[in-house]
Amino acid sequence: MNTIERLIIYSRTRSPWLFHINSGACNGCDIEFVSCLTPRFDVEQLGIRLQGSPRHADIVIISGPVTRKSLEPLITVYNQVPDPKVVVALGSCPASCNVFAGSPVVVGPLSRHIPVDVYVPGCPPHPEAIIEGISQAIKILAKKPVLKKEEVSP
Amino acid sequence: MSLGMTFFSIFIFPGLLYALPAGWFMVWLQRKTEARLQKRLGPPFFQPFFDFVKLLYKNSVFQPGLNGILMTFYPILASAALIGALSLLPVFSNRQGFTGDLVLLVALLEIPSISLVLAGFTSQSIFGAIGSIREAVLSITYNFSFLLAIVVLALDAKTLQLSILSESPLTLARGIALIAILLCLPAKLHLNPFSQANAEQEIYTGSLTEYSGIQLALWELAHSLEWVALTGLVASLVLPRTGVWYLDVFLFLITSFILVILLAAISAGTARVKIDQAVRFYVRWGLIAGIAALIVALLSPGIGL
Repeated sequence: MNTIERLIIYSRTRSPWLFHINSGACNGCDIEFVSCLTPRFDVEQLGIRLQGSPRHADIVIISGPVTRKSLEPLITVYNQVPDPKVVVALGSCPASCNVFAGSPVVVGPLSRHIPVDVYVPGCPPHPEAIIEGISQAIKILAKKPVLKKEEVSP
Repeated sequence: MSLGMTFFSIFIFPGLLYALPAGWFMVWLQRKTEARLQKRLGPPFFQPFFDFVKLLYKNSVFQPGLNGILMTFYPILASAALIGALSLLPVFSNRQGFTGDLVLLVALLEIPSISLVLAGFTSQSIFGAIGSIREAVLSITYNFSFLLAIVVLALDAKTLQLSILSESPLTLARGIALIAILLCLPAKLHLNPFSQANAEQEIYTGSLTEYSGIQLALWELAHSLEWVALTGLVASLVLPRTGVWYLDVFLFLITSFILVILLAAISAGTARVKIDQAVRFYVRWGLIAGIAALIVALLSPGIGL
């Protein structure tokens, strides 16, 4: 690995931009996630920024048990995120559908539809746990090849 | 202006070699000031540099046809125009520049805004289009007072040459004109309370919604250069000339950085207003400041109505 590649990998680990998708969550995880950006937890000191557009994101944070209605937009938005990208499943819902398991409108868990890299369990997870999950995701992001296309079929 | 001096001002100071690190430093300073005012720690010192390198080596989404070419062309155009504008700034006290470079400077400072509007429409995203419309409306309204202030500056010093203009004494008309220019800076830099064009809570990222990878990196670059150019413009117009070149440069840098902290404090202390409120603000207060400066300039004894 030469110096340029090392600089790219290091920059990537120091500036992960997040995009948050709600696939039918009860909003509990989303509130806990937003509290990571507040002065108490302040993830900006890790270079993390919450981005408005999926085109700018490195880490996709997905909460919710994946309802039938939200599946298609979820996969569309996931494909809009340019590589390299890492998926963090926020809360128990994307991991196991939680209390919504067995519902006719829930088509989860999330790993059935898109590849998940990090699970942050909890209902809702504590902000420290979310930050720990994001730091795990950053480690996975650093291992991705410098320039290589990955495709996922809807 | 000699060829060597032109080369120096485009590529070294206040051009590329100074503007790149200064732009990143100003973006960091703005984010850090905002964070400290919100009782956060804020980003590390090299954050804008890391963002830039990361975006440079991230896959960008392939856009077919002319749109793809234009989407790469617009950020390059914006950055190039800003480098040109920076090279015209009268930092040193020795006579450089040419007659009419004030007009060229104003035109070059307007190009990033125009290319941002065009970039939003070219990306064919509905959020990009909304962001572009907002940017266009804002740029038309704040340019009333910005151009009036530039006219007053030229009228007050009776010249269109920046180096002579910056050396003329600070009069009342020029002070009011500088206040009118300062009023325009938050909208030009997309800061709160006039950040409607890139309001991420409403329209994703406005014009830049569809931009990714290297194109977005170039836009970030253009934005940081815009910081250097606009704060540098105000700093070079407001400062007295000492005649010692290193003192001139030192005062120029300090004033630029103080302006960044001031703008960041305004941004942290306010919330985004609606687009019609922003337009009303500029049509009312911007125009009042501009017209007041014009009246004072026309009534001052040297002009002779």
